[in-house]
Amino acid sequence: MSDLPRIFEDWFASRGWRPHAHQKKLLTAAKNGESVLLIAPTGGGKTLSGFLPTLVDLAAAPQTGLHTLYVSPLKALAVDVHRNLEQPIAEMGLGISTETRTGDTPPAKKQRQRKRPPNVLMTTPESLALLLATPDAAQMFATLRRVIIDEVHALAGTKRGDLLALGLSRVRALNRDIHCVGLSATVAHPNALRGYVHPSARIIQVPGGKKPKIGIVSAHGRMPWSGHMGLYAVPEVYAEIQNHTTTLIFVNTRATAEIVFQALWRINELNLPIALHHGSLDREQRRKVEAAMAAGKLRAVVATSSLDLGIDWGAVDLVIQMGAPKGTARLVQRIGRSNHRFDTPSEALLVPGNRFEALECTVARAGVLANVLDGDPPRPGTLDVLCQHIMGMACAGPFTADDLYAEVISAAPYGGLARQDFDESLAFVENGGYSLRAYERFSKLVRDSSGRYHVRNPRLVRQYRMNAGVIVEADHIKVRLGGRILGQVEEYFILGLTAGDTFIFGGRLLAFVGIRNGVAIATPAKGGDPQVPAYMGGRLPLTTTLADAVQRYFHTPERWPELGPEVREWLAAQAEHSSFPQPGRLLVETFPRGARHFMVVYGFAGRNAHQTLGLLLTRRMLRYKYKPLGFVAGDYAVAVWSGEDPTDVEGLLEQDILGDELEEWITESNMMKRMFRTVAVISGLIERKAPGAEKTGRQVTFSSDIIYDVLRRHEPNHILLRATRADAASGLIDLKRLADMLQAAHGKIDHRRLDRVSPLAVPVMLSIGKESVGPAMIDELLDDAGESLIAEAMRRTGRGK
Amino acid sequence: MIELNGVRLTPDLSGALFWEDASTLVVADLHFEKASSFAERGQPLPPYDTATTLAALSEAMDRMGPRRVICLGDSFHDPRAGGRLQHGDAQTLRALTGRADWIWVAGNHDPDPPEDLGGAVVHDFCLGPLTFRHIARPDATPGEISGHFHPKASVPTRWRSVVRPCFAINATRVILPAFGAFTGGLNVRDPAIASLLVPEFEVVVLGQGKLHRFPHSALDLDIAPYNFK
Repeated sequence: MSDLPRIFEDWFASRGWRPHAHQKKLLTAAKNGESVLLIAPTGGGKTLSGFLPTLVDLAAAPQTGLHTLYVSPLKALAVDVHRNLEQPIAEMGLGISTETRTGDTPPAKKQRQRKRPPNVLMTTPESLALLLATPDAAQMFATLRRVIIDEVHALAGTKRGDLLALGLSRVRALNRDIHCVGLSATVAHPNALRGYVHPSARIIQVPGGKKPKIGIVSAHGRMPWSGHMGLYAVPEVYAEIQNHTTTLIFVNTRATAEIVFQALWRINELNLPIALHHGSLDREQRRKVEAAMAAGKLRAVVATSSLDLGIDWGAVDLVIQMGAPKGTARLVQRIGRSNHRFDTPSEALLVPGNRFEALECTVARAGVLANVLDGDPPRPGTLDVLCQHIMGMACAGPFTADDLYAEVISAAPYGGLARQDFDESLAFVENGGYSLRAYERFSKLVRDSSGRYHVRNPRLVRQYRMNAGVIVEADHIKVRLGGRILGQVEEYFILGLTAGDTFIFGGRLLAFVGIRNGVAIATPAKGGDPQVPAYMGGRLPLTTTLADAVQRYFHTPERWPELGPEVREWLAAQAEHSSFPQPGRLLVETFPRGARHFMVVYGFAGRNAHQTLGLLLTRRMLRYKYKPLGFVAGDYAVAVWSGEDPTDVEGLLEQDILGDELEEWITESNMMKRMFRTVAVISGLIERKAPGAEKTGRQVTFSSDIIYDVLRRHEPNHILLRATRADAASGLIDLKRLADMLQAAHGKIDHRRLDRVSPLAVPVMLSIGKESVGPAMIDELLDDAGESLIAEAMRRTGRGK
Repeated sequence: MIELNGVRLTPDLSGALFWEDASTLVVADLHFEKASSFAERGQPLPPYDTATTLAALSEAMDRMGPRRVICLGDSFHDPRAGGRLQHGDAQTLRALTGRADWIWVAGNHDPDPPEDLGGAVVHDFCLGPLTFRHIARPDATPGEISGHFHPKASVPTRWRSVVRPCFAINATRVILPAFGAFTGGLNVRDPAIASLLVPEFEVVVLGQGKLHRFPHSALDLDIAPYNFK
């Protein structure tokens, strides 16, 4: 028996479709009021599945007011889904009202939506948070029946995901009868996502289609020793573009996207329409590319993870991954962007950037074919987002601490939140939560006689509304060419440029003129040795699962024949000269080269953890008087070089390096300060915008770095510092992974003293000089600047030419 | 060591300026109670700025033992700042003002500095060949010492540009960096400052452990609005 009414059956038939089994299952679940996590590969008709119960419900029993709330991580996706949903509604004449509500929705429309909401509202986590932070939210959500969360896998475990989870905890508190549907790609931790969607959700899993066909570029004697871009294979890539209708070319960083795009156009003799898409480009630019793609006007798009999510394009028949994929789940999702039909296999081509990456690609392909998924389960909810949510809830209406705490811990990411942490977050919102109770008279929240918290004045509500949201873009600078904004790059990069420097951005060669009013001004450039903006957060580190698989692969020579001859020779040479890393042990090689001593630690803990290890190791080597000179970190290893031979390798890698050196480093680390800034903005300590006094650009009247220093000195356990440290456990600093690695390595270090560089170390060594080595001390740099100035002055007055 | 109008002055790493021959210590833009002023408006910055500034000031006084201290204005972040001082901070401040001849130059943030904390309030203050005021005057006679602008220098280095507070110095005047704990800054090459220093000036940059001297031509013209300290 089908739950699908006749009119729907007819509509499916009119399009030559039949409802999928999972679509019927969802209908049944909806009928029984069950919440569901639907896990399906892309192209499974996921979105329609999510909405079908809503349409059926409303067709049978039309209502006024909000029936279904749809939340998407992307504004563009909400808009696109809205468009796609209107079609069946119109064709079946269902008379269901659907609208979007995002940051782009005009204020008048938003006002009207609050009074007379549509049946179906498509929105984002941020817009939902703002909607809930109003006194009339209760009324608006009273008629709500269903919530659909799209791309759950991309939200859970992020700050935006935390914001949404907290928002949904309020939605459920306002209306106990709703059920939730989460839509997700295939993931390694479905159960964690299930809880995120609804405490009682059940999982409906859609089986994958045919196994994909995955090729790996055979380099024919050109497999580079180093690099991550695979530029050597650009001619092959171009040939593949010619042989396919539409090719999606994924790269790992925006910088790589720019360079690969340039390289393709250099050989694009047929003038094939090839476009560029990444998160730093101006939104308008990106929309144009997406529209051209949807209209089938492009033959290829070079893209970063900016296209991992979003609109499905049926015409894509090849996905190329340039550079190693870094994770199998991610590779599966990217490959799934091609060929959105169940009956034909997706086709993909991997382009390893170097010999090491050739191993990674081989292992990742095997992982995809064996359905091995990786990635960490979502981390617990963050405290800065909780602070913002508490303020938002105060804007909605008075609450007691007990009630709000009960509500908050009903959100999966906050299920383990200690009452103490909640109380401190609340105290922070109230008046900073400092042990020095200096600000009680300035409290933002006031308590009435029954212990309920109220916002002190309407100005604070405006302040909340102007600063809500968890994406902190503070350290980006817009790039302007003539009258046009091309997009934005990290301020960090711009600060490294001097006038006249050339750089590549938005697929163009540009010359840097200067910063005016917070915008980087550029002019077209002709030549020179251009730099490419790097983005600190732009690279996802190698997953643990894949790292282990690569290490195991070293010890299965019977599989090596599938590798190219160059890679095989490289491995054979390593077997002869040194040994191989293996899971559960730590290979360290030391060798002299020139006047320097090198130490290569094969931690396989990913770039971020290695970066942190490099910073800590150089500090400890300073203490051991090894005269450290620099280091370079990659996904597989970190290499440190020094003036003296680092003989006590075990001492250097003792776990207590995470004590003293870390504490010392955290005091100075720019990375920690950047993280603190984000936490300070999200929690509401620092305003992005002040009511009545719109700040121009990102003018700040105090430095968040100094606030960080002062707080560390006076209140090392302040809730915001704890939130910052929690952020450092993963992400850019990745302390947890580093700690795990050092712990596992304890007593299991294989130290190889070599007389020269090992084959395995070569790819790591070759990236020295290409990668920045991190900041030296301020005084050294300034001394240096002074000296180069003297040198320059002497040259000018000078002898000779 | 710098020379202004025949007087030898020593810029200090703390951001203070010491006139040894007159046993006079000069500091600018203390901005006491800046944090609580933000807290009043709903941004509860940590309430330790005044204590931090006082500790730095006390440390500089211990080191140099001045008979006279001149605060070049904007010592208090706003007209109500004196009333918001925490009890302990007010006591510390009174103890400090009791240790030397204390001069509060009035600033735009504190046109009427509180009178119950010790020290004397003045607008301009002349001492020997030098004049001390809050904001530099374009028509000032040579030998002017002022604050107000919170000058910072952006120095290009091999790593990237390093932005630090600085003294700005030319033949006729010195502009001091802000001494207060939570103060921001303005690029010393911004026309607002640079126009007072034409045609040529130097900066003494506050490094981490020492001072660094640069001609203005060695500095970046622009600073990204967000300062890396």
